[in-house]
Amino acid sequence: MTRHTLSVLVEDKPGVLARVAGLFSRRGFNIESLAVGRTENPDVSRMTIVVSVEELPLEQVTKQLNKLINVIKIVELETPASVQRQLLLVKVRADATVRSQVLETVQLFRAKVVDVSPEAVTVEATGTSEKLDALLRMLEPYGLREIVQSGMVAIGRGARSITATAVR
Amino acid sequence: MTSAPSRQAPGESSSPRPGPRPKPTPPTGAPIRVTGAQSLVRSLEAVGCEVVFGIPGGTILPAYDPLLDSTKVRHVLVRHEQGAGHAATGYAQATGRVGVCMATSGPGATNLVTPLADANMDSVPVVAITGQQSRPLIGTDAFQEADICGITMPITKHNVLVTDPAEIPRAIAEAFHLASTGRPGPVLVDIPKDVLQEITSFSWPPEMRLPGYRPTTRPHGKQVREAAKLVAASRKPVLYVGGGVIKAGASAELLRLAEETGIPVVTTLMAKGAFPDSHPQHMGMPGMHGSVGAVAAMQQADLLVALGARFDDRVTGQLSSFAPDAKVVHADIDPAEISKNRRADVPIVGDCKEIITELIDAIRAEREGAAKPVDLTPWWEQLNSLRETFPLGYDWPADGTLSPQFVIERIGQLVGPDALYTAGVGQHQMWAAQFIKYENPRSWINSGGLGTMGFAVPAAMGAKAGAPDKQVWAIDGDGCFQMTNQELATCAIEGLPIKVAVINNGNLGMVRQWQNLFYDGRYSQTDLGTHKHRIPDFKLLGEAMGCAGLRAESRDTVDDVIRQAMEIDDRPVVIDFVVGKDAQVWPMVAAGTGNSEIMAARGIRPLFDEDDV
Repeated sequence: MTRHTLSVLVEDKPGVLARVAGLFSRRGFNIESLAVGRTENPDVSRMTIVVSVEELPLEQVTKQLNKLINVIKIVELETPASVQRQLLLVKVRADATVRSQVLETVQLFRAKVVDVSPEAVTVEATGTSEKLDALLRMLEPYGLREIVQSGMVAIGRGARSITATAVR
Repeated sequence: MTSAPSRQAPGESSSPRPGPRPKPTPPTGAPIRVTGAQSLVRSLEAVGCEVVFGIPGGTILPAYDPLLDSTKVRHVLVRHEQGAGHAATGYAQATGRVGVCMATSGPGATNLVTPLADANMDSVPVVAITGQQSRPLIGTDAFQEADICGITMPITKHNVLVTDPAEIPRAIAEAFHLASTGRPGPVLVDIPKDVLQEITSFSWPPEMRLPGYRPTTRPHGKQVREAAKLVAASRKPVLYVGGGVIKAGASAELLRLAEETGIPVVTTLMAKGAFPDSHPQHMGMPGMHGSVGAVAAMQQADLLVALGARFDDRVTGQLSSFAPDAKVVHADIDPAEISKNRRADVPIVGDCKEIITELIDAIRAEREGAAKPVDLTPWWEQLNSLRETFPLGYDWPADGTLSPQFVIERIGQLVGPDALYTAGVGQHQMWAAQFIKYENPRSWINSGGLGTMGFAVPAAMGAKAGAPDKQVWAIDGDGCFQMTNQELATCAIEGLPIKVAVINNGNLGMVRQWQNLFYDGRYSQTDLGTHKHRIPDFKLLGEAMGCAGLRAESRDTVDDVIRQAMEIDDRPVVIDFVVGKDAQVWPMVAAGTGNSEIMAARGIRPLFDEDDV
């Protein structure tokens, strides 16, 4: 199974997320990550969906997605031709004895500390899921108290826009 | 500031007498002030809806008030919302127009779930309008509240909750457009009660906003040429015709294509009537209970030209051994159907009418360029020999009871191909597909994809409403009939004189057949007691519902009773045909096995041995 990132432009209407998510579960696909947000067009939202699936069933689910009336356009973003980012907030146990080591790791990953208390620091990091996994592995020995991650967002490289021609 | 005298504000009227002011009649297209409910009824009128099947209730009540005044929209008061849904489907399948049903919120709406799922599977243009609890009550578990948009999301082409009365005309226009274009399907419009009551403005036509909906109807020229090349080179081609050909109104084009090319035709359960059954090139119906000739043609073909068909599991049998040597041209308006089950060598997305028309020209061009056309004579010799050796047929029951196949065959012969036929689901449905000969599209209406028992009577009611000048026969089973026969009362009162032939074998016949074949004849819960106890007595039941009740129990009375039924036109007719319980549907491809293992009759596998050699 390979990982695919789909950018799905949808009408900003109630129930659209449920339609899209329902379609994936109905056809037996497990969504690894899903992020929804506004675009430059107030009527259009953009979903970034990451699924692990073979090529043929992916084609089928894309066709089924396209049948949803509120779905305007679907583009698969290949990893090398796109920028993909996820946001991670993690609360790491870091008292005075280990704090400097934690901060060093944070700097190595170009992450930053956004909250600090005597026992713990909260670290904010963005990147691909691989980078964030690596960061978490490095921080794990200190004690991970709480993790929260956003879905992946992705955008194609270069000047072309997939939203420009989507809405007539 | 001065204002025109006719534009006085309410309460400032200088009219000397009390009473309602005359309604202003603005020029066409200009907005007028109406309630949401009036806007709904005007929208239905504007979109050309002539009949609505429904039942009023709490939240849809406001809509029923202006409906009383409409001279364009007829409302048929059904006895159960499921009947309304199937009637809308029957209407749509008989006429090609959009069928409309209406129900209140909660249980009214959930009773539409089965017919909507049914219409979705068979791609039938249906619009369902449901009442919903008022906006402030939504989400509070209010009385008769059900999230019908959430519930029907996977079984409709689209659905929408209207939260602003000004959006009603647009919602209705879009619903009819979505239901009837592209691959047709059911659309549900859910309208809260307070939206129906609020004052709003109405103007027609509204602007549709469907940026994500652009069905492809024009086929790609290059793909059509590729298909024509395969057709021209094929030695064993088959036209595999599905319900899409009927939906596209492409029967005339199909006939031309078949006759110009001489290619054998098979029509699926949903496509009966798309190609005349009497045509010598018609090999019959493929699939689980298809003819040996049709199944063999597909299994042995080197090319399948699928037109508006979807390679359903009931047609392909075990997918891995289906038509093993065939290349596939797959033409459908829904790109998601292409290569879903069987990979297509040449996919063509578009409307079947346009595709077939272009394909005819492309094949003609291809043949003109070729040295000499491929001779299909050996292929036809092979098929004709199979067709002659294994024709469709039946044996009379050994116990002397009436043969159900005979009854259905006689109905077809006496009533003829100009009538419309509906069916429930089960043995009687398969026999009606096999032994009635269909010559015209839209003359055979059944529940193919979902397999909805109880479909026949309400679908016949809807078909009769759409085609009042045609005889409409519901071929039903005694199991199916007991699920939806309450609509006979509707038919009797609303003047929809349908004929119902209950093929009464006293059992859930298809389940019994499987128990006979695959469960050692252990008949668990399939005897309905309609033979043993005559409960219910279908003749008396029909009479109680305002229908004529007839019965036939022996071979020599069958024709008489059918003729009597044909002469009654002032009320519906119910005929209780008491038939033997052991008759079985043959041929049969057992579930999960390959089509080459088709059994012409029990133990006889005409194709299997050949393949083994």
